[in-house]
Amino acid sequence: MTQAVPAVVAESLTRVFGDFVAVDRVSFEVATGEIFGFLGPNGAGKTTTIKMLAGLLLPSSGRGSVAGFDIATQSDEIKRNIGYMSQLFSLYGDLTVAENIAFFSGMYSLPRLRRAERRDWALEVAGLAGQADRITRDLPLGFKQRLALGCAVLHEPSVLFLDEPTSGVDPLSRRRFWELIDTLTEAGTTVFVSTHYMEEAEYCDRLALMNRGKLIALDTPARLRANVREPLLELQTNDGPKTVEALRDLPGVLEAAMFGRAVHVAVTDRTRAERSIRSRLTERGLLLQSLQEVAPSLEDTFVAEVRAAGGAPVD
Amino acid sequence: MAFDVFRLLAIARKELLQLRRDVRSLILAFLLPLLLLALFGYAISWDVSDIRTAVLDQDRSATSRAFVDAYRASGYFSVRQDLERSSEIDALLTRGSVQMVLVIPPDFSERLGANRPVAVQALVDGSDANTATIALAYARAITRDYALETQLQGRLLQPPITTDSRVWYNEELLSRNMIVPGLIAVIMMIVAAMLTSLTIAREWERGTMEQLAATPVTRSEVVLGKLLPYVVIGLIDVVMCAVLGVWLFDVPLRGSVLLLMTLSTAYIIGSLGLGIFISAAARSQLLATQLAMLTTFLPAFLLSGFMYAIDVLPKGLQMVTYLVPARYFLVVTRGIFLKGVGADVLRVQGLLMIAFAIIGIALAIHFFRKELRT
Repeated sequence: MTQAVPAVVAESLTRVFGDFVAVDRVSFEVATGEIFGFLGPNGAGKTTTIKMLAGLLLPSSGRGSVAGFDIATQSDEIKRNIGYMSQLFSLYGDLTVAENIAFFSGMYSLPRLRRAERRDWALEVAGLAGQADRITRDLPLGFKQRLALGCAVLHEPSVLFLDEPTSGVDPLSRRRFWELIDTLTEAGTTVFVSTHYMEEAEYCDRLALMNRGKLIALDTPARLRANVREPLLELQTNDGPKTVEALRDLPGVLEAAMFGRAVHVAVTDRTRAERSIRSRLTERGLLLQSLQEVAPSLEDTFVAEVRAAGGAPVD
Repeated sequence: MAFDVFRLLAIARKELLQLRRDVRSLILAFLLPLLLLALFGYAISWDVSDIRTAVLDQDRSATSRAFVDAYRASGYFSVRQDLERSSEIDALLTRGSVQMVLVIPPDFSERLGANRPVAVQALVDGSDANTATIALAYARAITRDYALETQLQGRLLQPPITTDSRVWYNEELLSRNMIVPGLIAVIMMIVAAMLTSLTIAREWERGTMEQLAATPVTRSEVVLGKLLPYVVIGLIDVVMCAVLGVWLFDVPLRGSVLLLMTLSTAYIIGSLGLGIFISAAARSQLLATQLAMLTTFLPAFLLSGFMYAIDVLPKGLQMVTYLVPARYFLVVTRGIFLKGVGADVLRVQGLLMIAFAIIGIALAIHFFRKELRT
């Protein structure tokens, strides 16, 4: 594989299940060594796309390649050159840590001489050095996930697919997980990761936003944020959900959504909107504590892109 | 797609490790065969002896008592009660406290003495048709022998034809001699059903199959790697059943152990392949288990000649039995155990076993999808 060939290519990739179009003509390229993020709600088509790229599912139409191999005809070569970690925790819970590592060393046909070295490496990155004989089922989720990642890259693949690898993990473990991903990319691995955590998306070099099977935006996190042109107001009130309810149909308001405890409101014109927001809240008996214009987060970006694409996010 | 023996062995090793830690599987693999063997060896028997019998002797003569003694002496009938009145019969048979009532008419000795024909009545509880049929046959034989003896009255008369019968292979006509070899076929089907419902479905359920699917391991490596430990377990079960059968139940093992093991291996490979094929086609654990029971275990139990002789089955079912591999394997085990036959006699069955193994594996590999559907 040469540097000139992109690590991952998708051209009009489509997958249909019966009447349902899970992935709808999705095209993109991922450069070698990049961390490429796939962002979108559940059911947006992220997992299906990843499965097609990992050689687990045939596309209905369109084509793609991974590490220079065609996804429709060379899935065996692809499997030798990628690591894959699915949404579900998928090591053998009834095997010990060392037995799991040995098993996947076997699956990837690692040469005998390198097995011990790679096993020690995997134990190290999972933070499980000295605990090789523990039954995997009994480990905390964060450790399990790092072990699963370690097992998925025992053969040092050039491309790594991670399908929502950190779902259900606490923030601290999530950060450790991402430190591990950074180590891998420094060594030249291309990482293709899907997530629905917006904070995680910030770690990515580039982000693809998916909704209802379609790719609705693709850019760096910073530029995606810059794309949001409408002013964004952050409101603190005594009742967030009621505030969203009250402002949703107000003229001049494009979108109102909860953002943590606060409410984010995208508006057409700041001055006019501010006036009507204040009067509407008073009308409804809601108490406004603060109102300020803020820079859009990735979540706002996502909401804005979905609106621009003319749809509502699925969930 | 290169075939890699080491990947196959890695799968087999993993299966063994999982099996070792799974009590449920261990019980199924090693305790269930013993349980079935004990159950069939001790408890269930199709041998009919000691048929509970009551006698209504209206003649009450030395002759009639001698006649009843002939029944007693046969060993097939255990005369429990002497009745006074015919009105007692109904209640006894209804309650099931006796299975047969022998009624001797008042003029029994008188007519016999006068050399005139006389009929005794045998009333049998037909609700257990099997026992009833056998009881009647025994009753007829005993009565006929007695009648013959009476007619000859000690004279030596050579009848023109006599039957000099001798039972071969199962000399004492013990049903456990048939059961133990047959049970081997059934037990191996259970091991096969276990593999399908526990190991394949579990991988789908826990998401490990998806992880496996993303590695370079091939379908044939997964299928054969999973088969291997269970073939070994199946063979251990065969040895266990054979040893216990011979030691505990005195079942003769007259033929070649090597031939038995060879054909058993082929048979269990076929059964396991069939099981994997079913679970791959069904995908859901519950459905796979039920289908496996329905298509492997039950036919082996009911349609192989193990439980019921194939000749007594309805014509339609008899045709179905030709598709039941256990039917042929039963010929193999009974043949080797009881008759001591060799490969020359079992050539057809042996070839069928090998064909079954090849078809089973081919089906399993072909239908075992590594690719995901969702």
